[in-house]
Amino acid sequence: MTALLQTTKLTKHFGDTHAVDKVDFTIGEGEVLALIGSNGAGKTSLVNLCSGLYPPDSGTIHFRGEDITKQTVQNRISSGIARSFQVVNLFDDLTVLDNVALSIFSREKMTRRLFTLADRQEAVWTEARDILRQFGLEVKSDQRAGGIAQGERKLLDVAVSYALKPQLLFLDEPTSGVSTREKAPIMDVISSIVRSQRITAVVIEHDMDIIFKYSDRIVVMHQGVVLASGSPEEIRNNETVKDAVFGPTHA
Amino acid sequence: MNSTTVAALKPAATRSPYLAVVWAVPIAVLLGILPFVFDQYRTIQLAYGLIFAIAGLGFNILLGYTGLLSFGHSAYFGVGAYTAAFMVKYMHTGSMELFLLGTIVASLLVTSLFGYVCVRYTKIFFSILTLALSQVLWSLAFKFFWVTGGTDGLRVPTPKLLGMSLGEGEDKIYFLSHAYYYYVLALFIICVGVMWLIVHSPFGKALQAIRDNETRARFVGIRIRRYRFIAFLVSGVFTGIAGALWVPLNGLTTPDILYWPFSGEIVFMSVLGGFRNFTGPIVGAVVYNYLKDFAVGFTVYWQAFMGVVLVVLVLALPTGIVGTAKVLAEMARRRFAR
Repeated sequence: MTALLQTTKLTKHFGDTHAVDKVDFTIGEGEVLALIGSNGAGKTSLVNLCSGLYPPDSGTIHFRGEDITKQTVQNRISSGIARSFQVVNLFDDLTVLDNVALSIFSREKMTRRLFTLADRQEAVWTEARDILRQFGLEVKSDQRAGGIAQGERKLLDVAVSYALKPQLLFLDEPTSGVSTREKAPIMDVISSIVRSQRITAVVIEHDMDIIFKYSDRIVVMHQGVVLASGSPEEIRNNETVKDAVFGPTHA
Repeated sequence: MNSTTVAALKPAATRSPYLAVVWAVPIAVLLGILPFVFDQYRTIQLAYGLIFAIAGLGFNILLGYTGLLSFGHSAYFGVGAYTAAFMVKYMHTGSMELFLLGTIVASLLVTSLFGYVCVRYTKIFFSILTLALSQVLWSLAFKFFWVTGGTDGLRVPTPKLLGMSLGEGEDKIYFLSHAYYYYVLALFIICVGVMWLIVHSPFGKALQAIRDNETRARFVGIRIRRYRFIAFLVSGVFTGIAGALWVPLNGLTTPDILYWPFSGEIVFMSVLGGFRNFTGPIVGAVVYNYLKDFAVGFTVYWQAFMGVVLVVLVLALPTGIVGTAKVLAEMARRRFAR
């Protein structure tokens, strides 16, 4: 499998905390990869580094063979990297439809236009409605994004990123903060879209049932380093992972 | 999907420019008729109101649409006023169109410089920086009196409109309340149209995205600082145009127009009308102008009176006149729909 994104000795320290410590990490094209680990393991920090939220202290990030370590967030998005957030990040005062349309306007470089009516861009609105339909949110189109349910907000957060047409999508805890009953339907929607569009996805998740059901490969992080990597079955049977991540009760 | 469903999916409020025109045309016609109804003094007051409304529109692209509260808009208003005054004094021109052209260039230069510094910051840091920079311009106007006229200011005589000057023996007050009023009204309509287009453009949507959630806006690919900078330029140019239109009406510009209390007045106008609505600053500017005029005639403690109004406004009508009117209209609509 061709490597889509590769980090080499990627490092980020916050004071004395080694959030990400010389991590070598590879994502193959078309993979759905789960990134797991206990709280503070460095999962979100690794995603933040790869998506450009903050710069690494050292190490490199290559995307499709190109060094993107010093690229801006906007350039990474143009290259094909998008992300959703652990704590939902939406434009709460705008409608659900506007949230998705904004991604499309930005992707098509139309936000530079000062003297064009946004509402007259029918192709954009049609595509935005189509994306909302795929995510099961079309009936919420006219509602304020700040006024819909948490599960729907989680899906919308992913839909906003998906509208950027990424090749690589980081999903930071897409089911956190929703009820257990809602988790599987949300993951079903996301998984079906990601796989049908052949998007490479990295999912950070704490729910092991979801991890084992939806991922092709699992990377386990612990205290800022990669502890193990393998198929769901290999990780399930890995004693080191059991002790470090799941704890003695799981073993 | 049938057409009914598609229509239902469209956010109703902003989808049609025709709806805006339906509202705008009767108001424009009314504003055109008012000089025949009002006396000259009231008409000139309305001209002041329309000019402040242009400044309010400029101010509100920053506050209402980008989420940046500027306490330094007196600077850009003053740039417009002083540009016209300098053109009279040093270039001996009296053409209003040249004043406007000069103002646009000068506003772009000053706002580029100020904006480059200010848009790196947000919230209170942005507000204080804009305030501080406006005070730099005020102190320059105050101290360089051999250039600016100091506290005596600079006189600006009645300008030529579209190449035509005031006729021999024609009353200046009549000119200001008729020809000049219509000139201001035309500029006001153009400014409203241009600003409406900007805030309803994809660029305007991007500004609202930045206002709502800067991090998310960054992660849909919007270059935050660049967009804030452009909004700053647009804001400065609109406010500058207002300053250039104001100075012939006032006949004189002094450093007072660059001083920070005038920035506060622009904020007041927007809060009064409602800064989360496109029309809020327009209504706020016109009402504020009449309110101030009334207060000055009513009591020598007019500043205290205006302060009380502001406190009551913030407590009782946090969404401003237009915001409250919209809420009341919605309540009435629901009541009649039952």
